[in-house]
Amino acid sequence: MAGIIEQERYTCAIGALQSVVAIPKAVPILHSGPGCGNMIMGFFERSTGYAGGNTSPCTNFSENEVIFGGVERLRQIIKNTYKVLDTELQVVLTGCTAGIVGDDVESLVDEFRDEGKPIVSVETPGFKCSNFEAHSLVVNAIIDQYVSLHEEGRPYRSSKNTVVLLSSVPYQDPFWKGNLAEYKRLLAGMGLDAAVLFGPGSGGVDEWKRIPEANFVVLVSPWYGEPIASHLEEKYGQPSIQFPHIPIGANETERFLRTVLEFAEKQGAKIDRIAAERFIRRERDAYYEEIDNLATFLLEFRYGLPNHAHIFHDAGYVISLSKFLLHETGIVPREQFVVDGTPEQYHAALRDELASASDKREIPLYFEPDAGKAQDICRNLTHSGRGLIIGSGWDKELAKEKDYDFLSASVPSPYRLVLTSHYAGFTGGLRVIEDIYNTALASYR
Amino acid sequence: MAKVNLDLPEVQIRELRLGSITGFQGTAKELVSAARCGLRDKNRSFSQCLGCSTGNAACMVVLIRDAAVISHGPVGCSSCLHEFAFTYRVNAPLRDLEHPTQRKIYSTNLDEGDTVYGAGQKLADAIREVHERANPKAIFVLTTCAVGIIGDDVESVTDEAEAELGIPVAAIFCEGFRSKVWTTGFDAGYHAIARKIIKPPRQRRSDMINVINFWGGDIFTEWFEPFGAKPNFITPYATVDSLAYASEAVATIQACPTLGSYLAAALSQEFGVPEVETASPYGIQQTDRWFRKLGEILGKPDVAEDVIAAKKKEYIPQIEALKKKLSGKTAFVTAGAGHGHSLLSVLAELGVNARGAAIFHHDPLYDNGKEESDALAQRVRDYGDVPNINVCNKQEFELVNQLARTRPDFMLARHGGMTLWGAKLGIPSLLVGDEHFGMGYEGIVRYGERILETIENDEFVKNLAKHAINPYTKWWLAQEPYVFIEGGAEAWRAS
Repeated sequence: MAGIIEQERYTCAIGALQSVVAIPKAVPILHSGPGCGNMIMGFFERSTGYAGGNTSPCTNFSENEVIFGGVERLRQIIKNTYKVLDTELQVVLTGCTAGIVGDDVESLVDEFRDEGKPIVSVETPGFKCSNFEAHSLVVNAIIDQYVSLHEEGRPYRSSKNTVVLLSSVPYQDPFWKGNLAEYKRLLAGMGLDAAVLFGPGSGGVDEWKRIPEANFVVLVSPWYGEPIASHLEEKYGQPSIQFPHIPIGANETERFLRTVLEFAEKQGAKIDRIAAERFIRRERDAYYEEIDNLATFLLEFRYGLPNHAHIFHDAGYVISLSKFLLHETGIVPREQFVVDGTPEQYHAALRDELASASDKREIPLYFEPDAGKAQDICRNLTHSGRGLIIGSGWDKELAKEKDYDFLSASVPSPYRLVLTSHYAGFTGGLRVIEDIYNTALASYR
Repeated sequence: MAKVNLDLPEVQIRELRLGSITGFQGTAKELVSAARCGLRDKNRSFSQCLGCSTGNAACMVVLIRDAAVISHGPVGCSSCLHEFAFTYRVNAPLRDLEHPTQRKIYSTNLDEGDTVYGAGQKLADAIREVHERANPKAIFVLTTCAVGIIGDDVESVTDEAEAELGIPVAAIFCEGFRSKVWTTGFDAGYHAIARKIIKPPRQRRSDMINVINFWGGDIFTEWFEPFGAKPNFITPYATVDSLAYASEAVATIQACPTLGSYLAAALSQEFGVPEVETASPYGIQQTDRWFRKLGEILGKPDVAEDVIAAKKKEYIPQIEALKKKLSGKTAFVTAGAGHGHSLLSVLAELGVNARGAAIFHHDPLYDNGKEESDALAQRVRDYGDVPNINVCNKQEFELVNQLARTRPDFMLARHGGMTLWGAKLGIPSLLVGDEHFGMGYEGIVRYGERILETIENDEFVKNLAKHAINPYTKWWLAQEPYVFIEGGAEAWRAS
């Protein structure tokens, strides 16, 4: 049984409505209580996209729908959504009310689909799972109820150099847009054409239609999104290569690209190995030109820079930032806190992954979705030297208490705007460096 | 019949208690007179995400300095509450709070099994764990849709915990589906506070006036000083103790009657604290009335006259100057009830012609049952009618339609998300977050200056309008704004 949670770092299943918002010209239609959309909008902030937030249609369950069911109300809302909003994909998401009452949303949505509407339904009552998990439910529902209707002329796995890219959960990862664009650019450097399902670099619903012809799946994730990869394997026979965390900086980005290259060759993609290696070399050289130039500052800056860090984030960021800080900035990762509700069956593998960061030191790792409790652990730790906390807005207060530097890099955070900047890849690593040391330098005035 | 009944665990929802509605289209005058004969609410056949009681209840308890809040539900039902933690820190200096402490906000994190087997025990355990971890002076428990439907006995669980722990443990019944009027959440929060926190007065303090408000700037210390009194701000930034003895105040005033209606009435009926029942002080005439009413309750009518005279001497010339610059401009207002009505008065003082307003809901009368509290009626009486009053239930599609139709020189908004649509249409749009900003004679000056600044600096909205992304169909923007309101266009033309 799940325990209480203080200071939420993720939200409930219906939070996956943001995965719909992330698809250009798609609209989430909520069959839920009146407050669900607002709660999600407030959690992510500045995240309304094309038709999210106050624009999203919602049945706004009242006592009447709880008692008599809300299917007729939903039918009316869907019908009128087509009149009021200009959208290319509609995804109906259910909340707790509809879930408990037991409305048959699927049959209703089938009726609209039978009329040729691009509409999908998915059950996301808040008590079912977290938004990390519900993201997979939403993606799989769109594949089954929309993509599968547009398979004609797209033989499975026919496009050998096309890959489906699955990475972080849109909006839950504040850098999702920038990261996706960077993955796409990096994979293009390997000679691969990535179908990107979310964000401005995606072609909207047409991009989704490319899924069946893709040769394989690239999954960059510590655990979430796995059900999508296994679903695609089952449905289209697409194998997947999983990289366990966002690659940040030169070491991990190189490892990521080589892992993908090797897999792509095995899957029969046409790879120009020489061109790919040339691309990697150019990226690496450009990266180290900056590090080389910066090293004097990192080594000599005499007024004080952070020498150790605690991170509160999802498993992917905790592991990748720990590795990156240790090897590519010289900041030592101390106790780390995974606050994403990672299911227990993944803990051991993720511990091993973090352990691989160093053969001479152990980095203590806590899996604690109750982030308030995680903070209490951190509050009682002491390390010598200047400290850094990377986390959400909640952690700014902890950093102040501990007199640590603070970098906001996780939701929810009212303290930082992220537009299209990215932490993935070679240049993502440089961005992390800029953010950390600009934060430290801003303390001098 | 008394609206306040503290014997019951749950507050009666606004639809039933006050006859509040969420759909109407007509003029201000029509709404006021219709409201006197009883309004019938109208449903919409299209609706967008609205917001629910739980968030409003939360904002009235999360900012109490030494309390903890538990949302009893799935994790999503409290996921926007971090915003109040931010507010608490950022606005702390406005309330002379030097070291704002971390807000203590928890979720019982219900899962599927809990909805099948019930989650009463889970809540009971959570209350004890929170008590242990945060050592608060009071614990508030917010209910959610899931809990409301599965029927956990939250009242018994909180009562038992209260007896065991020796601090107030107050259940707030604010399930989203219960009420279409999201301000019912304020009432739910206040009901719990009135039942479990406020204590009978030990004395009557002539030097303390309750101010029911959000978290805006403190204008009242200066306002009350001539009366020999100080503001007791409730509920944000209050302590459990300062709330407990709100019962000893000489009077209660409120920033906005739709916010404080229930608590002011409860303080008056149950604890004998008189409420300043006249509508909030927006616009010159209403500010006159308000200070006079305050003077009357405090037994200091002369002081009130002195304050009015001194302030008018200072601000009337400034208002006149602003009026010259703004006269003839047109505006559209979107805001909650009460505050939106007040803004219409402020605009009238500045010579601005209000083309309409999208107001979230409408309360015919407040819990005190007094017509003099009705700010819309007062607006109509003092300055005349306003066309295009749309009780919009925060429905963005109706607002966009109306804005595109009325094309005012500027838009005034309160509550996030709405200015975007003004800006997308190239209409300079202003949102003032501080609820005290427009109060009093000086408030008219402050608003006037901000409006001038907004109109003057329109380069950004003009540029945005050129590149605006608009998900609304051409069809919709060509319709009358109320075609999805029950009865549709015909019903309104006939009326």
